[in-house]
Amino acid sequence: MTDKLSLQDIILTLQQYWAKQGANLMQAYDNEVGAGTQSPYTFLRANGPEPWHAAYVQPSRRPADGRYGDNPNRLFQHHQFQVVMKPSPVNIQELYLGSLEALGIKPLEHDIRFVEDNWENPSMGAAGIGWEVWLDGMEVTQFTYFQQVGGIEVDSVTAEVTYGLERLASYIQDVPTVYDLEWGNGVLYGDIFKEPEFEHSTYAFEASDQEMLLRHFDEFEAEATRLLGLGLVHPAYDYILKSSHTFNLLDARGTVSVTERAGYLHRIRTMARQVSKVFIEERAKLGFPLLKDAELRDKYLGDNGKYAVKDAENAR
Amino acid sequence: MSTFLLEIGLEEVPAHLVTPSEAQLVARTEAFLAEHRLTVGEIKPFSTPRRLAVQLLDVAAESEALSEEKRGPSLDRAKDEAGNWTKAAQGFARGQGATPDDFVARDGYVWLTKATPGVPAAEILSHIGEEVVAQMKFTTYMKWANHAFLYVRPIRWLVALLDAEVIDFNILEVSTNRVTRGHRFLSDENVVIDNANAYAETLKAAFVLADADERRATIRKQLSTIAQDNGWVLQLDSDKSQDLLEEVNNIVEWPTAFTGGFDEKYLAVPDEVLMTSMREHQRFFYVTDEAGHLLPHFLSVRNGDAAHLDNVIAGNEKVLVARLEDAAFFYHEDQQKTIADSMAKVEKLVFHEKIGSVYEHMQRVGQLAAVLADQLQFNATQKADLARAAEIYKFDLMTGMVGEFDELQGVMGEHYAKLFGENAAVAAAVKEHYMPTSATGDVAQSDVGAVLAIADKLDTIVTFFSADLVPSGSNDPYGLRRAATGIVRTLQEKQWRVALTPIIADFIAHTGAVTSQADQAEIGRFILDRVRKLALDAGVRQDLVAAGTVNVVNLDVVYIAQRVQTLAQHATDDNFREVIEALTRVARLAVKFDTDAKVDPALFENAAETALYEATQSLDLHTLVLSGSEAMYQALANLQAPIAAYFDVTMVNAADEAVKTNRYAQLHMINHLLVGLGDLEKIVIK
Repeated sequence: MTDKLSLQDIILTLQQYWAKQGANLMQAYDNEVGAGTQSPYTFLRANGPEPWHAAYVQPSRRPADGRYGDNPNRLFQHHQFQVVMKPSPVNIQELYLGSLEALGIKPLEHDIRFVEDNWENPSMGAAGIGWEVWLDGMEVTQFTYFQQVGGIEVDSVTAEVTYGLERLASYIQDVPTVYDLEWGNGVLYGDIFKEPEFEHSTYAFEASDQEMLLRHFDEFEAEATRLLGLGLVHPAYDYILKSSHTFNLLDARGTVSVTERAGYLHRIRTMARQVSKVFIEERAKLGFPLLKDAELRDKYLGDNGKYAVKDAENAR
Repeated sequence: MSTFLLEIGLEEVPAHLVTPSEAQLVARTEAFLAEHRLTVGEIKPFSTPRRLAVQLLDVAAESEALSEEKRGPSLDRAKDEAGNWTKAAQGFARGQGATPDDFVARDGYVWLTKATPGVPAAEILSHIGEEVVAQMKFTTYMKWANHAFLYVRPIRWLVALLDAEVIDFNILEVSTNRVTRGHRFLSDENVVIDNANAYAETLKAAFVLADADERRATIRKQLSTIAQDNGWVLQLDSDKSQDLLEEVNNIVEWPTAFTGGFDEKYLAVPDEVLMTSMREHQRFFYVTDEAGHLLPHFLSVRNGDAAHLDNVIAGNEKVLVARLEDAAFFYHEDQQKTIADSMAKVEKLVFHEKIGSVYEHMQRVGQLAAVLADQLQFNATQKADLARAAEIYKFDLMTGMVGEFDELQGVMGEHYAKLFGENAAVAAAVKEHYMPTSATGDVAQSDVGAVLAIADKLDTIVTFFSADLVPSGSNDPYGLRRAATGIVRTLQEKQWRVALTPIIADFIAHTGAVTSQADQAEIGRFILDRVRKLALDAGVRQDLVAAGTVNVVNLDVVYIAQRVQTLAQHATDDNFREVIEALTRVARLAVKFDTDAKVDPALFENAAETALYEATQSLDLHTLVLSGSEAMYQALANLQAPIAAYFDVTMVNAADEAVKTNRYAQLHMINHLLVGLGDLEKIVIK
């Protein structure tokens, strides 16, 4: 490759490409998440029978992976380019390969393989079947068909394609560490992120106020649970995400004891299950507005449908 | 004769499922053909990551026709007095799809000849979709799009051709066609197969080697050639190399082997790390020199041709070097720390959320190991080594290397323990406590390592049972069955005669809440089940296994396994039947009259009683068990003649109550010895 794509060129190319394939470009979710999957544009929308096609960049925070900006690949916060297509299209693999070509990666000049890798996130009650995609031996993408979300078997399968942007860019730009990547216009990744990486690592491992975090976890959980009771799905989900991130900070600090750790994960899982259920209920009340197919509408909302509103009062 | 082709086009199937799925497709096709009585000359299987296929050669034009005679009612019941067909006769005809006019009278009955004509092959084969393809079972399933149908991976195309004719059927929205897909990149999307007999050639022209054996042979040859040309030694026949070859074979459709290298400086990293990086992480084959030393080169296989191979090599080298760089870094960093540093972190490591930390697990294991060491009369050095090993044996989990390469747990433990100045026995035990790592894997060699391995597994089983995390059906997420098998195999290999029941009971009683809910009897049964499984797997008759594995008293598994073998060895003796019959006759009679009286020779009335008494006088159950099951069997087998003689002349139920009681007392005395062989009544005498 002669003209090496900058990281922002890669983002722009992927956005353009997937927009053409019918994905709606969302913006990164404005709440701390550990992965693009946790964005409501994936996690919530993967529930229920409604179609959904979206693509977005998601900065993803993993406090325990912080390395003070010293490690060439490990980061407190990395960037994922997330694509979700629901229901999964018949040619999703070909669409994905097309995106690599759009990035200038010609399959005939490389070795591209789909290697089995099933994905599971027990704390969010989510599991899927799929592959990691190897490009000349390097894992550049995670490819998953969601089977279960929030502990609920999905009605319509979402195909999730998650590109690790730093990895992909490292491959394309052929640089030794992520900090040497060009973000754009000659500005390096390190120029932007090295200092925050150091500071966030210091914060997560040494400086966080544990008492505050413990207190916040309890408060966020209580708020999420209260909001779920009110059917306020999205605000509730925000507080679940906050709980999850707060737990990750506590965990990175190493202050959560063995038994407590299990307890916290269980509490997050319980909320994740709850929110998936309430999300579907609320969408059903709205009549699944994104579901246009008449046959499927009947299957889910008809008199004998899975989500038929039995009570005439509620139907109004 | 015709040829039929069935190809299931799939998104990439997990490598480890390709070969078993191919075999399953053949088996299901065979059963399908047999059921429809359609004969074929041969079934040729094909498989790649993207397709499972069978080619049926010499397919008969139609299924075999059948002609069956069915007997109806007797003639006197078939017609009434007026000579009309009775209801019974009419019903019989109707049931066979005929009328009474078709009846033939013979031997006093009415008969119908039912002819099932042959069905054309094309019609039968149109059912292969629902009856074979859709019936396939897998160990992992998924659904896709809006379908509820479950399969190993999404079905993307189907080919069904009888010679040049498409056989129509569909699964979900996929209809059969003559169009397959070639290699993802080297070929066009749509490849037309003109005739079922042209399958392999058509795909070969589209850069797919569909015959898995041919593909494997090609890879083997390519790899060997590169190794030979460079003067490297490449091991392709070890179990691990075979597994890797199998996996590589099932992730490529058009293999091209290549070689790459890495800087010699990484050879300073332990061999196991380099081998793991190459083999497990990158699916590379490593090479050595004649002396067996690793070389800084690797072999791999691309799914494609040789064009632009330099890109592929460079990319793979870069990934490997990044891993080795990490490994070198961890290797250096880990050596800056001490075992105590790592152990401080182990205190926070979760063993299981319901049970507690790994550190607590280690402490319990240390106590359990000490109990075993006492029973096995370890010397002071061994006890000291065991105590030290038990203190540290999980420390490597907290090293950077094992954090990155978790499959090297134990291996790095031994390596680092030596570097940190532990003696060889302690270091070996750190590694050996994981053994055996598979059903047939080697067990721990050293005594210290073996005791640690047994204690580690026993604590795991007891605490998990206590937490109600018990395996059910095929579901054993914590590998408890494997742990129990490991205990049995290690004890057997070491020939350690240990009574497990009191050890387990004592452990449950004195280890606090973490074991208090465990049911000692249930755990005993669980371990015993593994003894049974091992014997059955070794080919021992089921009734002998059943006989030898009851009445186990203190769960000395070495003795239990041994006596099953003893029974199996003697089952072919000429006198086995006589021996077992004599002994079980005693057992069956004894239970009919309960007494705890002592045998009184003064009450004997015949010489046979005295002879039998004298034959048993010197036998002591406890002593016999300790001397082993062969001695036990011989001692009891020697009683056959005196018992037979005894029953020839002795009525056990004598009229005199005192004599009767005395006779039962003698039977009980013998019966008491019989439990040394289990329960002989379970043996099936043919």
